[in-house]
Amino acid sequence: METKKMLVGALADIDPKGSRTIRVNDMEIALFRLSNGKIVAMENKCPHKGGVLSEGMVCGTAVHCPLHDWRIDLNSGAVLDPDSGCVTTFPIEVDQDKGLIYLTLQSA
Amino acid sequence: MHLRKKLVLVGNGMAGLRMLEHLLKLAPEQYEITIFGAEPYPNYNRIMLSSVLAGGAGLDEIVLNDTDWYKEHNITLHMGHTVTRIDSVRQKVVSNQGVEAEYDELVLATGSNPFMLPLPGADKEGVIAFRNIQDCEMMIETSKAYKKAVVIGGGLLGLEAARGLLNLGMDVSVVHINPYLMERQLDETASRMLQKELESQGMKFLLSRQSEAIIGKKRVKSLLFAGGERIDADLVVMAVGIKPNVELAQTAGIKVNRGIVVNDYMETNIPGIYALGECAEHRGIAYGLVAPLYEQGAVLAKRLAGVQTEGYSGSVTSTKLKVSGVDVFSAGAFAEQEGTRVLKYQDEVDGVYKKLVIQDNKLVGAVLFGDTNDGAELFSVIKNGETIEGREKELLLGIPQEALASGSGNSRLEGLAADEIICGCNGVSKGTIVQAIQEQDCTSVGQIKACTKASASCGGCKPLVEGLLQIYAGEAAVPVKEGICGCTPLSRDEIVAEIKRMRLMTVKEVMNVLEWGTEEGCTKCRPALNYYLGMLWPDEYVDEKESRITNERFHANIQKDGTFSVVPRIYGGVTSPTELKKIAEVAEQFEVPLVKFTGGQRLDLLGIKKENLPKIWEALGMPSGHAYGKTLRTVKTCVGNTFCRFGTQDSIAMGIRLEKEFERLNTPSKVKLAVSGCPRNCAEATIKDFGVVAIDGGWELHIGGNGGVHVRATDLLCVVKTEDEVVEWAAAFLQYYRENANWNERTSTWVERVGLASIKKALESKEERLALQSRIQATLSKTTDPWKQIIREQELRKNFEPLTKVETNH
Ligand SMILES: Cc1cc2nc3c(=O)[nH]c(=O)nc-3n(C[C@H](O)[C@H](O)[C@H](O)COP(=O)(O)OP(=O)(O)OC[C@H]3O[C@@H](n4cnc5c(N)ncnc54)[C@H](O)[C@@H]3O)c2cc1C
Ligand code: FES
Repeated sequence: METKKMLVGALADIDPKGSRTIRVNDMEIALFRLSNGKIVAMENKCPHKGGVLSEGMVCGTAVHCPLHDWRIDLNSGAVLDPDSGCVTTFPIEVDQDKGLIYLTLQSA
Repeated sequence: MHLRKKLVLVGNGMAGLRMLEHLLKLAPEQYEITIFGAEPYPNYNRIMLSSVLAGGAGLDEIVLNDTDWYKEHNITLHMGHTVTRIDSVRQKVVSNQGVEAEYDELVLATGSNPFMLPLPGADKEGVIAFRNIQDCEMMIETSKAYKKAVVIGGGLLGLEAARGLLNLGMDVSVVHINPYLMERQLDETASRMLQKELESQGMKFLLSRQSEAIIGKKRVKSLLFAGGERIDADLVVMAVGIKPNVELAQTAGIKVNRGIVVNDYMETNIPGIYALGECAEHRGIAYGLVAPLYEQGAVLAKRLAGVQTEGYSGSVTSTKLKVSGVDVFSAGAFAEQEGTRVLKYQDEVDGVYKKLVIQDNKLVGAVLFGDTNDGAELFSVIKNGETIEGREKELLLGIPQEALASGSGNSRLEGLAADEIICGCNGVSKGTIVQAIQEQDCTSVGQIKACTKASASCGGCKPLVEGLLQIYAGEAAVPVKEGICGCTPLSRDEIVAEIKRMRLMTVKEVMNVLEWGTEEGCTKCRPALNYYLGMLWPDEYVDEKESRITNERFHANIQKDGTFSVVPRIYGGVTSPTELKKIAEVAEQFEVPLVKFTGGQRLDLLGIKKENLPKIWEALGMPSGHAYGKTLRTVKTCVGNTFCRFGTQDSIAMGIRLEKEFERLNTPSKVKLAVSGCPRNCAEATIKDFGVVAIDGGWELHIGGNGGVHVRATDLLCVVKTEDEVVEWAAAFLQYYRENANWNERTSTWVERVGLASIKKALESKEERLALQSRIQATLSKTTDPWKQIIREQELRKNFEPLTKVETNH
């Protein structure tokens, strides 16, 4: 198992309640910034019908998929009631002093 | 110390434990209890395995009785022990691990086994059933390494398994021997609707297929059908049925048919030995659902406690498919037979189907698809066996909520016995719910759910729980008031009034002051509040782009593949060679996959990647056509008297003027206009939100039309003489709509809701119209072209571009 840590951007790149995307290998990852400043990362694909999550609305700690309004918990990646499923999340580290965001990926 | 009688239970599952819980309440001291359970777990909620598989619940959440519960009740539990022999003479049982236990009373609750088709190759790796935790774990594991799943069996269980496997990311095909799905619960119409919905969720179906063999070396590779067709498979889940687990009883000489034969008191033919649950057969029926076994459990518990009971007389069952996004309900004898009458309601637009089967003026069966709200109520009518003469249509078209709260509905609920089951999934009786209301002070359905688990699984019983709340909590019941969304009980009018009264200025402030139930609202209330604030405070309010729906945030229409479309504004549908060349060049330069004329007389560039949007807008140099928002879309025109020999007025000029006047306007929902040059109405103005039709010496103004899903022809508002008057009335109408409609409410629905007369009255006086017009102009003067703004401002533009990474290997 190999872990890769990469610098993906600065805090100012993501608006509060906003999102940006990044492509890593074959996967698109969405980074979200919650109102409390926390940055989270997850695969940019809704488990329902593949809706692009980065284009959804961030409400509190959940993002609503733009296609059919499934709610995904931004902290755990779990689909919230009444639907079910989950989205892969990725660890994020933020260097608060420099305001930089790092993403860690594990590959087999 | 007096000697307690010995009670042994074989089968640590839902039926056995349910009965024991009941017995412990009736006679806590009477028995010394020993349980043998083959599975290495305490009693868990088997129905919830579907949710576990679909990712909605964890294994720890489905345990019904944890190991502490057994200790508290001094029960000896042999977990992982299968009873292999009953000695009915010496009255003892023996487990596969050699443990013996003597009994005075023996209860068999061994459930059933999944029926495995005896196909060649059925013993290969990757061929499993869906019955217990182990199967569930196996499927979850398999999904991590393999892709193709085939479920044999298109019944309840098979479809729930298939939905779960889809959620696990597998490619899922369901094979069914019959020509349509769930034929034991649904008729063909409902079944086809179900199939369509599941197909749209990504499930594939192979119907009318007879499985013949499972092919592969060690592990399954494919499934072969009669006739030679084959399908690849890494996993085969058999969900073709269950058979009562009767082997143990049979070897002990207990009378067995399909199940272990019992009488109305759950007694087998050998004294002191009882059976219940899926392993039992009562009056020829072995049930495969939980509700009957709860009823059986209540009877047996009373029998064992020495309490008087009328006995069990069989169950009418109902089922609900636990697949999110699909509402299916079926109860009783749903098939049309001789001597029955059938009422049907079918709405292909909203995907709703209802069917009631009536015999001798009584409801004997029902099938619901798409809207299952009435399921619980219908089911209770079926079970009661009351006459429904004269009420048939009311039942078919839905029972008014008032009926539940008062009159017949309530008296029926009041009349139910305390041990009548309300929540079939979790076996919660009326008594338990009433107790939660009266003794634990539950005042809402939510609290009752938390206290008793009633309505926690499929939710079908919610109306009944609400009804009980009404009866037994009375005044204290927190009324279920419908707000604009689940975050607030307030209506649109209340919210708008409060925003005005307290001069609330931001979405956050509104939510705080009006005590929103959620932290940051949802996709219904956030855009609505953003709209209301902008409408009320055009000067002060700063639009919150995070509260806009996707299309409005990116100023383009998101397509189903995640690309966007670009529609530049073409006023009145009139273009020029230069403009056309420009569009053509841009389309070529950016290799736009599809260029199409829209129904609104302009050009649509489709299939554009998000990062290219600002570049394309820049290259076009045209204003946004706002083809994506809740705003003025197009003004469609016909040629008018400039060229047309029938034309009576210059409809083109009129259309262009209107479009220039109102472009960029934020409205509750999208707004389309049209201007026709003569009553032949080529611009289809009478299905627009605001339609203008030229007549000799004037214009007819029409409102509230819609050419979409719910087609509605306009109502005539008035007739005016001049172009200025057309603009004045249009402005007044649009502003009045902006100030009074709900967010996301089209003019057609709004006109129907408030009535044409009230709108006519509001716009009647010239003074009032001019006031409305000046307010709309104030709003319009603040708008700018969004495309130009994004091109200019890097802070906005950045959101269209992907981030790039720098690797810092560790
Ligand atoms: C995935 C799934 C979804 C379902 N969904 C629904 C639904 O939505 N609604 C509904 O009404 N029903 C549903 N059911 C059916 C419901 O779960 C069963 O009707 C119910 O569990 C039957 O209870 P039981 O106690 O008779 O049998 P079980 O719960 O099967 O319990 C029997 C237990 O006895 C054990 N046992 C068997 N033989 C021996 C032995 N010789 N010695 C010791 N132990 C033994 C077994 O291992 C088992 O643990 C569903 C079933 C499944 C599998
Ligand atoms: S694709 Fe996300 S909700 Fe349907």
